[in-house]
Amino acid sequence: MRPYGIVYAGVGGQGVLTASSIVGEAAIRRGLNVVMSEIHGMAQRGGSVVAEMRIGNARSSIVPEGEADVILGFEPVEAYRVAHKGGENTTVIMSTDPIIPFTVSVGKETYPPVEELVGALQEKFRVVTLSAVGLARKAGNLLTANVVMVGALTALPGFPLDREEMMEAVKVRVPPRFVEVNLKAFELGYEEVSRCL
Amino acid sequence: MKYDMVLDPTPGRKAFLLGNEAVVRGALEAGLSLASTYPGTPSSEIGNVLHAVAKKAGVYFEFSTNEKVAMEVAAAGAASGIRSMVFFKHVGLNVAADAFMSTAYVGVRGGLVVITADDPSMHSSQNEQDNRYYAQIAQMPMMEPSSPQEAKDMIKEAFEISEKLGLPVLFRMTTRVNHMRGVVEYGELVKGKPKGRFEKAPSRYVPVPSNARGMHIRLLKKMEEAEEMASTSHLNRVEGEGDVGIITSGAAYNYVADVVEEHGIRARVLKLGFTHPFPRARVREFLKGLKTVVVVEELEPYMEKELRAMAQVEGIDIRIHGKMDGHFPRHYEYTPEVVKRGLNSALGLNLPVGGVKVREITVPSRPPVLCPGCPHRATYYAIGAVLRAKKIRDETIFTTDIGCYTLGIQKPYEMADYLLCMGSSAGAACGFAKATDQPVMGFAGDSTFFHACIPALINAVHNRANMIFVVLDNRTTAMTGHQPHPGLPIDGLGDEAPALDIEKVVRGIGIEHVEVVDPYDIKETKAAFRRAVEHNGISVVITRRECALIMDARNRKAGIFRKYDVNQDMCTRCYNCVENFACPAFYRDEEGGVHINPYLCDGCGVCSQRDVCPFGAIEEVKKE
Repeated sequence: MRPYGIVYAGVGGQGVLTASSIVGEAAIRRGLNVVMSEIHGMAQRGGSVVAEMRIGNARSSIVPEGEADVILGFEPVEAYRVAHKGGENTTVIMSTDPIIPFTVSVGKETYPPVEELVGALQEKFRVVTLSAVGLARKAGNLLTANVVMVGALTALPGFPLDREEMMEAVKVRVPPRFVEVNLKAFELGYEEVSRCL
Repeated sequence: MKYDMVLDPTPGRKAFLLGNEAVVRGALEAGLSLASTYPGTPSSEIGNVLHAVAKKAGVYFEFSTNEKVAMEVAAAGAASGIRSMVFFKHVGLNVAADAFMSTAYVGVRGGLVVITADDPSMHSSQNEQDNRYYAQIAQMPMMEPSSPQEAKDMIKEAFEISEKLGLPVLFRMTTRVNHMRGVVEYGELVKGKPKGRFEKAPSRYVPVPSNARGMHIRLLKKMEEAEEMASTSHLNRVEGEGDVGIITSGAAYNYVADVVEEHGIRARVLKLGFTHPFPRARVREFLKGLKTVVVVEELEPYMEKELRAMAQVEGIDIRIHGKMDGHFPRHYEYTPEVVKRGLNSALGLNLPVGGVKVREITVPSRPPVLCPGCPHRATYYAIGAVLRAKKIRDETIFTTDIGCYTLGIQKPYEMADYLLCMGSSAGAACGFAKATDQPVMGFAGDSTFFHACIPALINAVHNRANMIFVVLDNRTTAMTGHQPHPGLPIDGLGDEAPALDIEKVVRGIGIEHVEVVDPYDIKETKAAFRRAVEHNGISVVITRRECALIMDARNRKAGIFRKYDVNQDMCTRCYNCVENFACPAFYRDEEGGVHINPYLCDGCGVCSQRDVCPFGAIEEVKKE
């Protein structure tokens, strides 16, 4: 089987690595091979964070350009930034809530309209958009936006793990007192994408 | 606890581990007794895991003052007959190098594994030196894993080989292996000896010239033995069949293996894990029947040069491709694309490279910034104000050091003019004070102060360097993930420990003008820096305030959520807060109004002081 490639892209503090570790946990529980790259750089708060994952028979933890099955964008500009990982069969799931970089708030750079980013990605990929922050608020805790994204990912046709397996992994990977709210966030993300497809 | 999974006693259990976590598991399966380090990315998590589990596992673990001390501690452990491990980032081995070299001469009794975490592409480093050459300079066996599972298994072999040869083993990892997560299958945990015993043998352990001469001869003999071991080791294995050979190691192997398989390239791949001494017998065997061989390795042409030398000496007629004939790059980490391009070029293949191109849109950059609430921002802000008022801001040379505060290089602070390595803030400041007539100010963090600044400050005192030295004391080793250091009342095992007082240290070495201030108090901080600027001779200002991330975590736990916002009626839009204080929580709306993002504001309140907002427009948000 060709390895299934996922590129997670977001901003430090969004819980990108926690999200990817949930998927990794579920893959291991199923008995699938999984490899992932994390880059922990300098003071990462506010910096870009990318995790790359391949599920299946792969040794390289870097997703080759063109071979991402999914780009899971936790933030619009960050999703766009990893577009070179996409190929002909790539789906982009993008949370449309921008996080304005400091370079923009001080007026040195500009943040393009989100619709323009979505438009450019749509020319090449299937694109599903959602507001992870909005759904997390609905779930009852803003910090669950990353698990909303995990739920959204799980709803994609072709994603190699099923909903129950993923929910088990959520239970293992989040602190016990936040399990319930995270499962709710997962459901909301899952339903949102199921509805769009 | 977060890292308890590495203590799971169940053999056969599969866990999704980071390379760095797998290293600890491997060491615990090898009967580790002692470990030491100075934190440095990409090796930092090895220390974080040990800090959390060493005591439970019955291992002695310490965060040493610096890498040289860490190396000496571990060498003494191994000389006492217990299995010991020392680890650091690649440039850490530069600091440890003096001790490292001699360790090969005097040798070990218990196994000693020295882990170097190299950083191709410099994700968090000042250079991308290839530490495989250290194995050659020191004459030490070396291993290079490609994945977390291999890292775990190979650590055990490294201890075995170390004891068989009586030599330390250099264990060379790279960022993509340290920070790669993969499935790791556990073996049995083995409890190490709690204590060793040192048997005196000065002729063996004291390399005075008369002893050292014999040691060198013995070392060279041992390396012949090591080469035989490398040539028969299962860590050096052949995969696949074809007329073309590929020799590879480390992370590069992963890309080669995937590309060869995915594109059905008919190639015989020699995957080297035991890479020094170069396993010539094994390579000779591998080359039989091949007309062309390609060497795929990151950074320097270490294996390629060995191979070319061997072919020349032995008269082997084969085409060798790699970096030296321009097919592969000598810089940055490899990717599947780099490997495909290189193979296309070397072998005349036509492998497809790259994905689809998306319409170009200019997107903003997102560089790492000092966090909201970071005390370093307050320090830089206060110093900038003082030096501008004295009209010496542009004239002053700012030497900086390795830590979060290196971000002082960014606008609007721009207080990082010169940096070499850990501790260079102090040493280079001495030099600039002598070489120029410009004012000189050096910056180092608390952990860096202990690591390598003290000898340079002694130098400054003795040689009468006129400089200001600032210790940005945020009570932790922040950048590498909040490890303790000698200034804190906790040690590597998590036990209570004597905390050294930085002020007493600098006074003890003869510096008289010393002040300790809280950088959150901008007014006081400015006053202290005015006095330091006016002082003739060396002065030290310690700006002490704990890292904002630690404060944030404590507040979150306690349910304290303080926030500030801008009172629009009082704001004059002078933009001093946005442009000069420059906390990332500030933003301007489309009409030019200034606001504070409540998700980013950590409630430090520094910006509400009149020294930042002279109009008193920044107020704490009242709870409803």
